[in-house]
Amino acid sequence: MRKILLGSLLALCSLSANAQEKYFLPAGAEAARPDGEGFIRRWTVLEPISKPNRSNTVFTDSYLREVFGREYFPKQMSLVPKDGQKVKALFEKVEQPADFRRAPQGPQKVITGTEKLTWHKLDSKTYNLKLMRFGEHHLKRLYGVIYWVVTVIHCDAPMHDVRLSVGSNSASQWWLNGSEVLLLSGDRRMVADDCMSNRLHLNEGDNVIRGAIINGPGMSDFCVRLVDEDGKPITSGYTIR
Amino acid sequence: MKKTLTAWAALVLTTLSANAQTGHPYIHDPSTLAECEGKYYTFGTGGGGLISSDGGWTWDSGAERPGGGAAPDVLKIGDRYLVVYGATGGGLGGSHRGVILTMWNKTLDPKSPDFRYTEPIEVANSEDGDDCDAIDPGLLLDPTTGRLWMTYGTYFGHIRMVELDPKTGRRVEGNEALDVAIDCEASDLIYRDGWYYLLGTHGTCCDGVNSTYNIVCGRSRSVTGPYLDNVGRPMLQGGGKMVIKAHGRQVGAGHFGRTVVEEGLEKISCHFEADFDRSGMSVLAIRPLLWRNGWPEAGQNLRAGIYELESQRHGYSLELAVDFQRLQTSRRGWFRRDANFKIEPIPMQVLDSVQGAWPQGDIAVRNGDFMNRPHQHWQITPVEQAGGFLGQPYFKITIAGTSRALAATADKEVTTVPAFTGAPEQLWQIDQLTDGTYRIMPKSIPGCSEKLCLISIADSTPTLGRFDFQSDNSKWKLLGVEM
Repeated sequence: MRKILLGSLLALCSLSANAQEKYFLPAGAEAARPDGEGFIRRWTVLEPISKPNRSNTVFTDSYLREVFGREYFPKQMSLVPKDGQKVKALFEKVEQPADFRRAPQGPQKVITGTEKLTWHKLDSKTYNLKLMRFGEHHLKRLYGVIYWVVTVIHCDAPMHDVRLSVGSNSASQWWLNGSEVLLLSGDRRMVADDCMSNRLHLNEGDNVIRGAIINGPGMSDFCVRLVDEDGKPITSGYTIR
Repeated sequence: MKKTLTAWAALVLTTLSANAQTGHPYIHDPSTLAECEGKYYTFGTGGGGLISSDGGWTWDSGAERPGGGAAPDVLKIGDRYLVVYGATGGGLGGSHRGVILTMWNKTLDPKSPDFRYTEPIEVANSEDGDDCDAIDPGLLLDPTTGRLWMTYGTYFGHIRMVELDPKTGRRVEGNEALDVAIDCEASDLIYRDGWYYLLGTHGTCCDGVNSTYNIVCGRSRSVTGPYLDNVGRPMLQGGGKMVIKAHGRQVGAGHFGRTVVEEGLEKISCHFEADFDRSGMSVLAIRPLLWRNGWPEAGQNLRAGIYELESQRHGYSLELAVDFQRLQTSRRGWFRRDANFKIEPIPMQVLDSVQGAWPQGDIAVRNGDFMNRPHQHWQITPVEQAGGFLGQPYFKITIAGTSRALAATADKEVTTVPAFTGAPEQLWQIDQLTDGTYRIMPKSIPGCSEKLCLISIADSTPTLGRFDFQSDNSKWKLLGVEM
């Protein structure tokens, strides 16, 4: 039995390593640019905070505002994290099933506490950042999690009437320079241009985009791009730090 | 239940009044609508005509056309208006000696110092021995060639076509009249996407509430025909596909005119020989003009009612951005059923059960999965005394059972306000487009002079943006809600 468990663990490590290589690169030293379709692929992602949910149908507007409104780690709404930076984050957990891939069954006992989590600065190989694979690689729980993500947009000049366009699995909330600009509620699928913010103003220089994505069971990922007045992707005029 | 019926009765009454032009739209054989300096004009049989100063909803007499006679048409060419009319009109049993005359005017506004008709010029005629009665002319300036064509005639034989000089309004020298249809009246020519369409009126004219007048058409790749209907029957053999006929409390559709407002937005103008809500008077009618498989047909002006507003972009529907409130039902019987399980209806979610959880102030809107829930039920109601647009009054769009109203905002977004106040940003122009979908546009946007409409900038995100007929972002389906 011990041999089987050890084998499973090794296989899992191998799988997660493969997933990491398949979907991510460490962020390069050079500033990145949006891809040809305007998707922003460079993000600094915090290892997932455990927040158990058996179903994604609970993600109403009120629920999301309450859950995303809690402070999980210091300077949650102002921190521009560096690669490898650690934070002490609040978590909720339930008793783990033997197979972490399976959603918990039966009554859940919720445990709260704090744990050290690490920020990872990544370049996604795909237009959508595969959060679940990120979580898998870092051997965290796949389901019942919150991901915090940050990126910095450096604009050559002020940009007006820009919209933040997001698709996320599952629900998410987004802020630009500290102000909420978008909430994706409900049991969401990751769909490009699913939701867009109101028209925004981007400052010349740095602008911080911050997101929180929550997921119960199932795949988790997101894609983000900036679009213009007509909803067309913006592919130039800024870099990603 | 009684309350529901009363509400529906009120809606139906409002609908009926909203379905005909308001003001005093009494006319027979209205010419194609012409726009001049911000007003719409149409001329009718017997001289004179109607003017609309509010964009095409309220019509009153006041247009001036000398010469009397029958069934005029008007066409703007360059910076002048060419008016054409039959100076006679003896009826089926009368004389069939007819004369068609053209004349020019720099403006259609009788109050303008430039308002002066030129001397009428004869461009076609008929004698008693002809199988044609030279009345009821219709004009087409061919957009592909710049040539000016005129059809004319009645049930007394053929509809004929002649060519006019678009600079002078005179008949092109040496031009011979060509028979293009038989047994029609009030013909008109239009062009679209490589096809010429000949429209004419069939049925019984001038019989009030018993008039069976209706408008049909055939089409041809050549302006001179042959014009065939949808089953390949020549209009010279009486063919014609129905475009508009009696509907509701209006009967006797006649004298077609086409108004292209912009790409994807077109209107039919015609008369109904009898409006049952107006003592059977003949009235001007304006309907959406739809194109289906290359054929024109009349759409319906929007009726008051409770609708799902489905975005054509993805298929999500407009809704209040409020918490989705789950219906609590037993999962028993979901798909497996034991023999003793009783099948029975489940009540729909009702407004009273959810409204209390909604915020009190402005509530944002979004597009979401339609679940037939109260926050997705939009009541569309004509607003009295608010003016209108071509063919319809302005509407308010409220959450059914509440006064919460859809409104444009100063930042060119869209929201709902707790109560409808009649402010212009809460009034909506709702036009059916040529493909049957709808454009929804605020009367005005605070602090914004742009003409923007309700669009889906993303699947789930409505906003205000430029109308683009080529984009499904700009289009909505209005689907009646089954409560």
